[in-house]
Amino acid sequence: MTTIPILDPVKPAASTGSSKDDSQVRQKEMIGDHFERLSTAKEDGRKVVYTFVPGNLTELLRSLDLLPVLPEINALQAGMRKQSGAFIAEAEKLGHSEDVCTYVKCDIGMMKSGGIGPTGKRLPEPDLLLLSYTGCFTFMKWFELLREQYNCPVVMLHVPYQGEGKVTPEMRKYVVDQLERDVIPALEKLAGKKLDMKDLARRLDLSRQAEDDLVKVWESAKHRPSPIDGYFGGVYYIGPIFSAFRGTEEAVEYYKLLRAEVEERMARNEGPMTPDGPSTKERYRLVIEGPPNWTSFTDFWRMFSREGATVVASTYTRVGGLYDDGFRHDPENPLESLADYCLGCYTNHSLPARTAMIEKYVRDYEADGFLINSVKSCNSFSAGQLLILREIEKRTGVPGGFVESDLVDPRYFGKANIENRVQSYLQMLEARKDRGAT
Amino acid sequence: MTTAHPSESTATATPHDPAAAMLEETRGLIDDLSLGAVHQWKAEHPGGLAIGYMPIYVPRPFMEAMGCLPVAVFGGGDQTDIIRGDSYFQSYICHIPRSTLELAFSKRLDVLDGMLFPSICDVIRNLGGMWQMLFPERYSAYVDLPQDFDETRGGLFYAYEIKRIAADLVRLGARPLTDDALRAALAQENLRRTALMKLDELRRVEPWRVRASEAYIIARAGSVLTTEAHTALVNRFLARAAERIPRAYDNVRVVVRGSFCEQPPLALIRTLEASGCDIVDDDLQLGLRFIEGMFDENAADPLMELVRGYLRHGVATASRYIGTDVKGEALVKRVQACGAEGVIFAAASFCDPALLDQPMLEAALDRAAIPHTGLKYGENTGQFQVIREQAGAFSDAVKLWGSAA
Ligand code: SF4
Ligand code: SF4
Repeated sequence: MTTIPILDPVKPAASTGSSKDDSQVRQKEMIGDHFERLSTAKEDGRKVVYTFVPGNLTELLRSLDLLPVLPEINALQAGMRKQSGAFIAEAEKLGHSEDVCTYVKCDIGMMKSGGIGPTGKRLPEPDLLLLSYTGCFTFMKWFELLREQYNCPVVMLHVPYQGEGKVTPEMRKYVVDQLERDVIPALEKLAGKKLDMKDLARRLDLSRQAEDDLVKVWESAKHRPSPIDGYFGGVYYIGPIFSAFRGTEEAVEYYKLLRAEVEERMARNEGPMTPDGPSTKERYRLVIEGPPNWTSFTDFWRMFSREGATVVASTYTRVGGLYDDGFRHDPENPLESLADYCLGCYTNHSLPARTAMIEKYVRDYEADGFLINSVKSCNSFSAGQLLILREIEKRTGVPGGFVESDLVDPRYFGKANIENRVQSYLQMLEARKDRGAT
Repeated sequence: MTTAHPSESTATATPHDPAAAMLEETRGLIDDLSLGAVHQWKAEHPGGLAIGYMPIYVPRPFMEAMGCLPVAVFGGGDQTDIIRGDSYFQSYICHIPRSTLELAFSKRLDVLDGMLFPSICDVIRNLGGMWQMLFPERYSAYVDLPQDFDETRGGLFYAYEIKRIAADLVRLGARPLTDDALRAALAQENLRRTALMKLDELRRVEPWRVRASEAYIIARAGSVLTTEAHTALVNRFLARAAERIPRAYDNVRVVVRGSFCEQPPLALIRTLEASGCDIVDDDLQLGLRFIEGMFDENAADPLMELVRGYLRHGVATASRYIGTDVKGEALVKRVQACGAEGVIFAAASFCDPALLDQPMLEAALDRAAIPHTGLKYGENTGQFQVIREQAGAFSDAVKLWGSAA
């Protein structure tokens, strides 16, 4: 599950001459450059590691000059480029069930169709599969499936689940032990060099700086009007930090730039960018749980933006790292902090903890509504969402909405149906406002 | 070998079946969703804790060593009207969590003093979280089974998990876990394993003597019995089955895979049998067979022995990471070892672990030229005609051509 759109559905900010689009342009360049590097990795003698967004160990990989490939991102890109339907059909033809996660099928279909990545260039085959098993059971199956295709080693990092709502010293030790004795030696062997702990610490410090700025960006949504959309716009913001750039100077610069833009917008009392240009009026403030749909991403976004609904916080933008709860990578305790990072990703949190987090978002961001986009693909997110919905309504008094779609399977995006539901939901919020409900 | 109509091949159809009464009685035990056997155990063991657990596997011996009764919960099967459970799950989530909630809402799980949710998939995991929210006054815990099988990493973590839950149970009133009691529980578990292995062997070698549907009933009774009582029951059944009169018929020998969690209705298993299939091996009731082989019941550190059992001898199934072995190899070996001619994949609809695993297992079977077919079910499936036709066509094809083509 995750999130680095490099296609740009947001229109460039007309001719304001302001720097508000600089971060967007920069983000696109960075991710484009990464895919470019990947496309020539084999000729350049660079080694490639496939891994997942939640629980990624980017600083570690970067310190060893290894390039990460994140198959979820390839899948979502294929969704945005309208290729996923064909890839999924291909995988189903090969015997993959219609009932399972469509990210997996999209990835497998893409691989079977020639392995052409989002930039139209071939993706390099992996030299190692780093199975960071964090918060989603499907990850494990996914890499077992990939292992069948590629003749390369697999390293498993089992990240225990926060079933009881906390990280214990034993859980942390288990992860650190695996890092020290299994993951790092395997990566060193692949890289042909020893890990330089000083370099790792330096990278973790860079991560921390970028994380600080990202949190400020999230928190800007407490302002009225919110200068950001923390879901549809938010998936762009997380691109660099959730993918190949955490722990780099480029990421630090990007998040500085982004934060400055957002703060400027906030100072001018401006709303966020939308697919149709800057938002002019904030009518509803929403919290959204669940991943977006990628095949009709812009259509989905417009259902909200055209009604003046801004998403002030979302859980999906926390799948690759939950920084607004205070966690930061810590150069003083590199391996422990990598372990804590993995343990703390959103989907690794228990259902009660997820509910509490959403409740807090609804309160802290003064949301008028709370909506779930439940995706058929993803048991990790979806099982239990109906209880979350009831609980949030009960605890906050804020009405919940519920729509169903899928991540990358276009068959499960019923535009008219979803639009109807979103509109009725927003009308209900409007009626509530008229009645003066808080 | 003579050929008989499949329906005639059911040993239990004879009027003088020496095992019939016992099977009937045991069937009553597993159909009793109000857990009468557990009520009875609690009446006989005042203060004893009954601890429920979801499939597939939890390390039961440590609970028995603490004087608790572990109770395997498999949802509501095909006998439960889902009234409230459905409103908690979207249509694309399997059935077992909704019927399990239904049992809880209708107070049929009230006899349990706690519930454990092992880490077999995201649905069971999230159901554990829902339990915490819906029934905050009741004890529940998530049991994280390690996917790192190194004793000094995953093993230590797993030992910690067991100790953590043991400490919780002591707080609830169980007696503390001691080495001697755990050794005794491991010895009991070995006896059960021996009895179950005999049962499995019998249906492999003489499938007319014990049908899969019967072995299923006998094994599943272990859900609500102590290990000792279950072992005695299995052995009693073996003695009755030994008295059955041989009948010859010509069925296809198949292995069933994918049914390790949500259980198909018994009628579905019987439908497969009636379609000309002898199910000589399956992963129904996998929890009791999860550890292949015996524990060292004299181990100096019995807790680590329990841990090692899982790490080293845990069965290859979808919820367990296969690190170095070739995916599907264990299934191929199993098919060959039990002289099966084909495999039927029978998975609960929307069961991620089973359905994501299936293509890899199919590929391994294809490499070994073992025919296979696949079907999906819900625990409340009521129509079997399509399944009967599919399984019948499969068994005919295997019989005629040795393949499913
Ligand atoms: S099941 Fe959900 S979290 Fe897991 S890979 Fe699929 S979309 Fe991502
Ligand atoms: S049937 Fe499958 S998906 Fe459903 S709870 Fe069981 S293992 Fe999980």
